[in-house]
Amino acid sequence: MGTIALYIHIPFCQKKCNYCDFNSYSGKQHLIRDYIEALKKEIRMNKNVLDSNKISTIFFGGGTPSILEGDQIVIIMDTITKYCDIEENAEVSIEANPGTLSHDKLAKYYDSGINRLSIGLQACQNDLLKTLGRIHSFEDYLENLKEAREIGFSNINTDLMFSLPGQSKEDLEECLERVVSLNIPHISAYSLIIEEGTLFGDWVDNKTIILPDEEIQLEMYHSTIRYLKEKNYIHYEISNFAKPGFQCRHNMTYWHNEPYLGLGAGSHSYLNKKRFNNVNDIEKYIYLVKNERTPVENEIDVSDKDEIGETMFLGLRLIEGISVKKFIERFNASPFEIYREQIEKFSAQGLLEYDKANIRLTQRGIDLSNVVFREMLLD
Amino acid sequence: MPGDRQKRIRNFSIIAHIDHGKSTLADRLIEYTGIISQREMQNQVLDNMDLEKERGITIKLQTVRLVYRAGDGEEYYLNLIDTPGHVDFTYEVSRSLAACEGAILIVDASQGIEAQTLANVYLALEQDLEIIPVINKIDLPSARPDEIKREIEDIIGLDASEAPLISAKEGLNIEDVLEYIVRKVPPPAGDENAPLKALIFDSFYDSYRGVIAYIRVMEGKIEKGMKIKMMATGKKFEVIETGVFSLDPIQVDYLKAGDVGYVAASIKDVRHCRVGDTITDASNPTSEPLPGYRKVNPMVYCGIYPAEGEKYEDIRDALEKLQVNDAALIFEPETSVALGFGFRCGFLGLLHMEIVQERLEREFDLDLITTAPSVIYKITKTDGEVLMIQNPANLPPQQEVSIMEEPIVEATIMVPNIYVGAVMELCQERRGEMKDMQYIDENRVNLHYEMPLNEVIYDFFDALKSRTRGYGSLDYEFIGYRQSNLVKLDILINGEQVDALSFIVHNSKAYARGKAICERLKDEIPRHQFAIPIQAAIGNKIISRETIRALRKDVLAKCYGGDITRKKKLLEKQKEGKKRMRQVGSVEVPQKAFMSVLKLDD
Repeated sequence: MGTIALYIHIPFCQKKCNYCDFNSYSGKQHLIRDYIEALKKEIRMNKNVLDSNKISTIFFGGGTPSILEGDQIVIIMDTITKYCDIEENAEVSIEANPGTLSHDKLAKYYDSGINRLSIGLQACQNDLLKTLGRIHSFEDYLENLKEAREIGFSNINTDLMFSLPGQSKEDLEECLERVVSLNIPHISAYSLIIEEGTLFGDWVDNKTIILPDEEIQLEMYHSTIRYLKEKNYIHYEISNFAKPGFQCRHNMTYWHNEPYLGLGAGSHSYLNKKRFNNVNDIEKYIYLVKNERTPVENEIDVSDKDEIGETMFLGLRLIEGISVKKFIERFNASPFEIYREQIEKFSAQGLLEYDKANIRLTQRGIDLSNVVFREMLLD
Repeated sequence: MPGDRQKRIRNFSIIAHIDHGKSTLADRLIEYTGIISQREMQNQVLDNMDLEKERGITIKLQTVRLVYRAGDGEEYYLNLIDTPGHVDFTYEVSRSLAACEGAILIVDASQGIEAQTLANVYLALEQDLEIIPVINKIDLPSARPDEIKREIEDIIGLDASEAPLISAKEGLNIEDVLEYIVRKVPPPAGDENAPLKALIFDSFYDSYRGVIAYIRVMEGKIEKGMKIKMMATGKKFEVIETGVFSLDPIQVDYLKAGDVGYVAASIKDVRHCRVGDTITDASNPTSEPLPGYRKVNPMVYCGIYPAEGEKYEDIRDALEKLQVNDAALIFEPETSVALGFGFRCGFLGLLHMEIVQERLEREFDLDLITTAPSVIYKITKTDGEVLMIQNPANLPPQQEVSIMEEPIVEATIMVPNIYVGAVMELCQERRGEMKDMQYIDENRVNLHYEMPLNEVIYDFFDALKSRTRGYGSLDYEFIGYRQSNLVKLDILINGEQVDALSFIVHNSKAYARGKAICERLKDEIPRHQFAIPIQAAIGNKIISRETIRALRKDVLAKCYGGDITRKKKLLEKQKEGKKRMRQVGSVEVPQKAFMSVLKLDD
């Protein structure tokens, strides 16, 4: 019996945020019912995988998973419970958007077995939230947080963003202070990524919005790290900070390059040395699954070389880096053999540091991590 | 005494300005005389190189023997030797003309005589050929044949009263051309019983049979089994095969005085089959070789280097093979700190250079880095020594240089009146000095400029065409060296001088060029973990500078399940991009950067 993580994608949103390039759609809520039926069916279609693997973590991502009614999440959780062997103390997370939560929903989520809440705040200043195209205010967040805690949620994450157009260093500091003062045990702080095809992408091109200078962006990142460290958060991944014991176990699956199954439109999976994903389009997904056909549209094989390279570049995202021992156990070879040149080069450049047990990025290495990651991919 | 068959041979070329219909007429002649059926005809059959087809130009000499039953009932053998039409290939034209007695001069019925037309006519006159004018494209509404006839008579002094009026494209009056050839082009002279004297006017390397010589037999007879001698080298060979060209080679038993064909004699080394040489009978040699013809010196040079993973030897072999068929191409080994071992190659002009580059890449499948074309400068040192320098890296230090001279050409530009101003402006920009302006008729002007060759070789022709809406035509000829205020422009990347990017420029252009190069490099070189200064310098003086900021941030904030494949692909793509890099000190410079600077097309 192996162990895998389970991911469920809910591609519905009330409104698409201006920077978002995830597989999510607004105005399609009328498809939710059919979508849930399809999810249930897809779970059953994956019988083979689910029979031979225990589930260690479950993650509802999106889109806006919290756009679903409480009952709807319950239905899905029931189906999962029925067909999966879920580990005791499994981490079950749901991503939530402050504009879409309510006391009632949260209660039902809690009862269904969800034990972790990831709330997308992004910024505390309402004008920044507007620039981002968010549907909520900071006050909405505070209220939802209060309700969630009342119901019993304690394992809570808040997403924050920096390098935003119009955001000053003080704005960010203020935000961090407020979130920290709320005792949120896990914070994901992301530097804004401009993606093509998003409104932000267009706005940057036609200069409607101006991004902060690269130096400022770096300073924002560094000051975030400093501040959260001071406040006893462990900086455990490039963009993730947690109080001891509150690291996101589901995401660790990705960074440890371990297997996972994705359900729903546009979800990704990594099983049996293959990476594959479902069709993005909601209607298409529903149609295929309804007709007992596989919703998988791409599949690539992961060779041994691929696996090694991926393990490296994903694992180096964790601040503690790669465990030499685990690497040897997994690949029957030492990373120092395979990556001798790269390790020498990058440690000479001050981007990597290592000892017998570990290889990890330095702070500068984190800032330039792609430079290192490129060389970790084996031809 | 010429035999009866010899009297029925006609050896001729077709000369014309580009696009006046040379190749189309050749096609029609081939079609008309029935070598292949119209159905089998693929347009412009003689241009059998892909490259030629693409560009619509002829590069290689091709020869074909047409058999024509004339109006008088007799069968005539018409040897057509096709010629390239670009101003670069004067040399090729003169070679093919040496094998002929006549030349068809095609003139476009609407465009009339152009600069290049005149140039080729003079070449033909030099060879004492009978020039027979033919007026083409009479199907066009803008055709004015009578005017053109008068032009020919006035400008060249040829009698054009009987010139056939044709449309090669439409196949109109092609027979008239053939009759005209039979009537006007003299049969070849030469005694088939005299000692063998055959001119090699081209050669071609065949992997099975060795070097094949294209010959025009002037005197005597050549046949299989005969022992022949190359008069330039004294080397002897045995003739394996003689033949003629009927689109494809056809073996014949012998070639006699007046014939045009080929000979295969197991010649392995291209150097033993020199174009321009005379072939004679080893056992009964002729006493005098045929007069050599004008050897043209290359006008334009560029560096050719192997790209990453390419081998120097492969390039050398390819250049050697190309040289067999292209005597105007010269090359010699050269090294560059930035690019390694390569070659300095000489060409007749920019087009010649581009074509050779493309042939190397396509026919020989080579991956090349080419450096910008440059000319040969004449440097007189303070101690009196005179050096001919192509490579700026070979310039002696400033203090040892007394005089710097650059090659000057006389450019003849023919252009309609309304563009005279634009052309004068262009030539002035290119440091030209006007020598003369003649009105050809009420619409057209012939401008004579003296210009530095290095101003002409980049893209002068293109600029001329674009400023004159295509109506301008150009011909140029080297006339000597002149002193000039030239400087050596060096490029430094991160403080290190990059030899491959050094230029010799006129002082007036140094700053602009230096700035342009620095800006170009700034765009093309990726950021490194340290700031990179890019500088242009003359001697010790920095005249331009750009700085590439240090890379501070290259990190992906998010990477979860769905991102992994996508982000990995992105990293791989970026990694691929890094492969084609050249190291300059601690800076990785993409090949692309060199290319884009060295080509420097604005």
